[in-house]
Amino acid sequence: MNELLFLSRFQFALTACYHWLFVPLTLGLGIVMSVMETLYVRSGDDFWKRTAQFWQKLFGINFAVGVATGIILEFEFGTNWSNYSWFVGDIFGAPLAIEGILAFFMESTFIALMFFGWGKISKSAHLASTWLTVIGATISAWWILVANSWMQHPVGMEFNPATVRNEMLDFFAVAFSPTAVIKFSHTVLSGWMTGAVFVIAVSCWYLLKGRNLEMAKRSIKVAAIVGLIGSLGCMGAGDASGVDIAKHQPMKLAAAEGLQKGSCEAPFSIVPGIEIPHMLSFLATHDFNGFVPGIEDITRSGYTSHQGEVVLSGEEKIAEGKLALEAFKRYRQFRNSDPACANQALADFNAHKAYFGYGYLDSSEALVPNVPVVYWSFRLMIALGCFVVLIFLLSLWLAYRKQLEKFPLFHYAALLALPCVYIAGQCGWIVAEVGRQPWAIQGLLPVNAGLSSLDATNVMATTIIFALIFTALLVAEIRIMTRAIKDHHA
Amino acid sequence: MTYTLLQEYWWFLVSLLAGLFVFLTFVQGANTMIFSLAGNEEERQMIVNSTGRKWELTFTTLVTFGGAFFASFPLFYSTSFGGAYWVWMLILFSFILQAVAYEFQSKPGNVFGTAVYRRFLLINGICGPLLVGIAVGTFFNGAEFVVNHDAMGDGLTISTWTGCAHGLEAVLQPWNLVLGFAIVMLSRTLGALYLQNNLNDEAMQERLRRAVFANALPFLVFFLAFAGRLLTTQGWAVDEQGVVSLEDYKYLHNFLEMPLVLLLFLIGVVGVLAGLFMSLVKKSRCGIWPAGAGTTLTVLSLFLIAGWNNTCYYPSLTDMQSSLHLANSCSSEFTLYAMTLVSILIPFVLAYIIWAWRSLDVPGITRKEMAQTDHKY
Repeated sequence: MNELLFLSRFQFALTACYHWLFVPLTLGLGIVMSVMETLYVRSGDDFWKRTAQFWQKLFGINFAVGVATGIILEFEFGTNWSNYSWFVGDIFGAPLAIEGILAFFMESTFIALMFFGWGKISKSAHLASTWLTVIGATISAWWILVANSWMQHPVGMEFNPATVRNEMLDFFAVAFSPTAVIKFSHTVLSGWMTGAVFVIAVSCWYLLKGRNLEMAKRSIKVAAIVGLIGSLGCMGAGDASGVDIAKHQPMKLAAAEGLQKGSCEAPFSIVPGIEIPHMLSFLATHDFNGFVPGIEDITRSGYTSHQGEVVLSGEEKIAEGKLALEAFKRYRQFRNSDPACANQALADFNAHKAYFGYGYLDSSEALVPNVPVVYWSFRLMIALGCFVVLIFLLSLWLAYRKQLEKFPLFHYAALLALPCVYIAGQCGWIVAEVGRQPWAIQGLLPVNAGLSSLDATNVMATTIIFALIFTALLVAEIRIMTRAIKDHHA
Repeated sequence: MTYTLLQEYWWFLVSLLAGLFVFLTFVQGANTMIFSLAGNEEERQMIVNSTGRKWELTFTTLVTFGGAFFASFPLFYSTSFGGAYWVWMLILFSFILQAVAYEFQSKPGNVFGTAVYRRFLLINGICGPLLVGIAVGTFFNGAEFVVNHDAMGDGLTISTWTGCAHGLEAVLQPWNLVLGFAIVMLSRTLGALYLQNNLNDEAMQERLRRAVFANALPFLVFFLAFAGRLLTTQGWAVDEQGVVSLEDYKYLHNFLEMPLVLLLFLIGVVGVLAGLFMSLVKKSRCGIWPAGAGTTLTVLSLFLIAGWNNTCYYPSLTDMQSSLHLANSCSSEFTLYAMTLVSILIPFVLAYIIWAWRSLDVPGITRKEMAQTDHKY
């Protein structure tokens, strides 16, 4: 892999991973604190006001770094992925612009009211501001995930060789594609899980220390309910995501399962050597005998999908892609000088254009992502996710039995769940993004054709600066957060 | 709406966002005075908390400016951001530092100490407006790049920067620097005007007025130099066939051929001067309003003459025909139309921002509030 490509990918991955350390907590803790403030406004009980304010304080500490890392992602599309920005900017830019207009202003306006509006605006206006802050963050997640989903499953557009870009034909197909709906649900609800685990873990720390007991116990109840709702939705969306990926990104699924050869009785691999027969077929197609292609089917032999569609092998697609690319070059060469040649080139291009992006690849091996990374990330995400769900169930059960204080082992388990939920979230994104390689946009543009024209040393320098700044900020945030938790006396 | 009208409409929106952003850089300007203007910790806190309730608006406007530019003129995004790499990256670094500085500066356990976070605000306060000014300067002074769509056939980059410094050369272009300094001094002037309005504190008023005067003077010098040169220099015109050529007095012609834009410009300049007059002569605390509105209109009009009336808003010094103008860099008609429908919501967004602003600003920040409230930076 050439150095510029590696560094550009590394920088984007670094920024995205850091960003995803802060955003899920914003989404989840936002819901928890909003529910608490609602309880305050409904009951008039000052306890809930103080409790909501405490969690809002932690929310604010976390929010700032999320904002800082978020701005980088938006601009990196231009700075490091110049070709990408033009090639799909007609579709991809719109969600980012709409995110700014509809979501960012909502977040940034109402968060100021949430923090500084106590006593300046009415109780209900303040409550509305708190909800609008988290709704703004959620709408923001919607639009950026619309953009990401479009990269996973591009729809609603057509390539125009005259302008050398993809152009949007159907806004609603882009904005409300099933892939986007599923991804949004899965991602945002995983954020709810993160926020809920955070609240439960901090509360359990108080229980272990024998401090702030009332706040801790009542916070756990609210968080466990939010977390469980999030978990159920997240699992449902995860299931739908499996089917969606099987349809549109079969290589990602094959890599996530380490499935070399396809089968109608594909087993689900728990770990290498331990399998559940037919389970992968069921998860991918909702049919115990549904065909799931393996890596070799996709790269070499081709296959007939569960829906009955004949799919070319990777090698055939690359050959088609080369023809499309050759016709495209011919069209560009003659379009102003020789209309007949240009028309012929266009006709040739149209015959092969479905595989245009494959033309930038050298061999079908390039279509295979890093299988061990995707395989193990997927397993880790599921295992840690299940552990977190167990914590929610235990929390609710103990709360129901009024025994939340009794079991230190539970408190330690809840503390352990905190890194687990973060690792699960990171793993989820690794599956989604590493599993998509070599594509920047699935089937349309491989990463190597999306780059800016830069010296690798420039990207190396900015990557080092980013890494240093983000790490320093992360350390500062963790210290401020732990100090705020330690110093709190309800 | 025709395709051309849609392009002009989106150029207007991007220009308006640019105008609002420059107005909102009063946050940066005020932050450069944390150490120089405040006499003690209490006053430093007042300044930080005053700008701290607005900084996200500035930041969000910048992000939305980027997003709107990407969506409506993606070739600019891929050319300038991927080309003038270091200018944009340094802008980003300075805004990252700012984003955390507020929240972290007075929190126990913040690792680096309050003074370091406030210096982050200072760095952003100077570098942000300066580099944005330099980046915008290239709209009028050009940059070194080539756009070749055929490169995609070989998997190469369509927009290539030919300057080896990847944007740093723009920092050395004197007229870009003049605009950069003008915006730094303007943001400081606006910052002092804003603080006059927002800090309900008699003791600081006189110092703020002096700061308005001290910053307005160099601002006017830099701005007049830039405007004078702009109106007498050549610009890059594009004809109906898309052929680019140099035209003497292009920007002056644009003003004369678009009298409404000229009117906006004049109203804007008068607004800024009126704000200064109100503050310095009438000793009013409301100078920020005419000055802020004037700044927005002036910047808006300058952007409009950069892009409207068959003008190349991003001229290429390497290959004139690679210069970007509205028609060759915009999104498709469908995308512009779809986003135009979304843009109908903008007045609603502005309305709640104004409501929130008013709710927080009455009665302004006082020493008493700083001493009593738990909710402060």
